[in-house]
Amino acid sequence: MREITYRDALREALREEMLRDETVFVLGEDVGRYWKGAFKVTKGLAEEFGDERVQDTPISESAIIGVATGAAITGMRPVAEIMFGDLSTLAMDQIANQAAKLRYMFGGQTKVPLVIRMPFGAGVNIAAHHSQSLEAWFIHVPGLKVAVPSTPYDAKGLLKTAIRDDNPVMFFEHKLLYSIKELVPKEEYTVPLGVADVKREGEDVTIVATLYMVHKSLAAAEELIKQGISAEVIDPRTLVPLDKETIVKSVKKTGRIVIVTEDCKTGGVSAEISAVVAEEAIDYLDAPVKRVAEPDTPIPFSPPLEKFVIPDENKIIGAVKEVVH
Amino acid sequence: MTLEKRKKIEMYRKLLEIRHFEEKVYDLYGQNLVPGTIHLYAGQEAVAVGVCANLRRDDYITSTHRGHGHCIAKGAQLNRVMAEILGKKTGYCKGKGGSMHIANFSVGMLGATAVVGAGLPIAAGAGLSIRLRKTDQVVACFFGEGASNQGTFHEGINMAALWKLPVLFVCENNLYAMGTRQSRVMAIENVADRGVAYGIPGVVVDGNDVMAVYEAACEAVERARSGKGPTLIECKTYRHKGHSRFDPATYRPKEEVEEWMKRDPITRFRARLLEMKTLTEEEADKIEQDVAAAVEDAVKFAVESPFPAPEEALEHVYI
Ligand SMILES: Cc1ncc(C[n+]2csc(CCOP(=O)(O)OP(=O)(O)O)c2C)c(N)n1
Repeated sequence: MREITYRDALREALREEMLRDETVFVLGEDVGRYWKGAFKVTKGLAEEFGDERVQDTPISESAIIGVATGAAITGMRPVAEIMFGDLSTLAMDQIANQAAKLRYMFGGQTKVPLVIRMPFGAGVNIAAHHSQSLEAWFIHVPGLKVAVPSTPYDAKGLLKTAIRDDNPVMFFEHKLLYSIKELVPKEEYTVPLGVADVKREGEDVTIVATLYMVHKSLAAAEELIKQGISAEVIDPRTLVPLDKETIVKSVKKTGRIVIVTEDCKTGGVSAEISAVVAEEAIDYLDAPVKRVAEPDTPIPFSPPLEKFVIPDENKIIGAVKEVVH
Repeated sequence: MTLEKRKKIEMYRKLLEIRHFEEKVYDLYGQNLVPGTIHLYAGQEAVAVGVCANLRRDDYITSTHRGHGHCIAKGAQLNRVMAEILGKKTGYCKGKGGSMHIANFSVGMLGATAVVGAGLPIAAGAGLSIRLRKTDQVVACFFGEGASNQGTFHEGINMAALWKLPVLFVCENNLYAMGTRQSRVMAIENVADRGVAYGIPGVVVDGNDVMAVYEAACEAVERARSGKGPTLIECKTYRHKGHSRFDPATYRPKEEVEEWMKRDPITRFRARLLEMKTLTEEEADKIEQDVAAAVEDAVKFAVESPFPAPEEALEHVYI
């Protein structure tokens, strides 16, 4: 074990998979030797594997995903980087109509082993075009898998699994996570898609949180225990497939659930998780489902405005107290 | 073409306004007064100034993440642009937009977009609206050479060309999109050559020569106002700083940077104005001092302005 950052963990996953399998290659805007990725995830890869396997592209998101899809259905395993998750909007047809549907539409003749990595999320004051959390858009598209790692360990293990998966996987990386550190084994390991992780055990309330909100929820849980409230924090780690069982089991134990996500509340990830709980555990609930999410606005620029719309410890603690009392 | 003296002096002042403004933004960033990130326009001033000097107040522009200069050239007030960059309530967008998303509709500045290439179809749409409303306004759409590889460039210009819309597509080719040199992502040298594909004129100009830009834009504006359709103007230029505040720009060869620094648009224009006896040394210095003072005032205004109240985050989602 040694301590590495989320950024390093992702790089190790890419590197190990590129060493293991020659068909794995990386492409995206400024992923190569000159810039090394907007968040430096691909640093050193071009030097090690050459510019062809770490391919810089023009600013053409739609074509990046299109060519990655074309390569994927003809024997390669591309890992495409979209510089900011918000810009996946430009590639939406290639992602949602092409990559996601080709296998189904063509009756199972092909497969699309493609990973699309995207930094996203708010917290650094770069406003409405570079701060969104769009996971919910993609969970609505059959054919796509959606990974949302919150720790270096999970990031590495999930990225390796995603690269080996024969389906297109949307891989969400929160910008504020890149520098967080954790002990990660030196030895090879993977994390399966569809298995949630209980990040903290507790008795009184279940908090389901994703990505950066996992860390805010853990901080909130730490504070809550001082006030006599024991919170269980669950990180689904992937949204498609979703580990319903772990969530439902926890709710059956605690009887209360607070869902914390950074995306907009309406039609968001939290709505889907709420529905799962309503369908499968409503009889076990002692209080209504509570959601802490972005209040349906674009992300504003100015720091006090951005802070106001993004969930934080206080908002989580407030929500937990509402369901516990 | 003979330009009135007054006009030339006005252009000189605008060039300086942008340069001084950007230097201040750079300093303020260092003092942690600018949230987020910044993309400075220093080095490219002649493009915004040369184009906008041809525009009327009711003409439109669209802009990019590197947009402070476009805003100022179109006539926005320095203090309110600065306030927006600092995230203040007195900024043009009330702190919602910030450096990458400034708009000032009162001077026809239809907004900067941080999504590379997104402005081209929007500019074409403003052109369509001009056509439908039967006015004689024009639109100038600024974008980088990196943006010319987006579908929106091709789709937007095709429509504008097809419908002969009154739009100037102004490509600011500063050779690099972040760390990517143009030659590594395009098989052609001139973005302007793409005009042929859509049946419109594509012209290349020295983007560090404000008079050359002025003249090219003048012709394109005449064409646009008289219903002949859009022009693609490629201005060859260079950014003085890195892509954003913390980019040391090590991907650019030192000699290349030095070469371009020698072609600084402001130094060149000043020399020319002195040579043509449009200005004396003293007059030129006086203008610069006035500009520096105006920029200082803008900084003071912005720094002293309040932040918006947190709940204002909920306003303006819908009407
Ligand atoms: C659609 C889109 N893709 C990628 C980015 C990230 N990005 C921001 S600026 C930039 C480079 C833009 O280059 P260019 O259009 O030439 O403008 P310049 O920065 O040189 O002024 C990139 C890739 C973005 N903001 N939007």
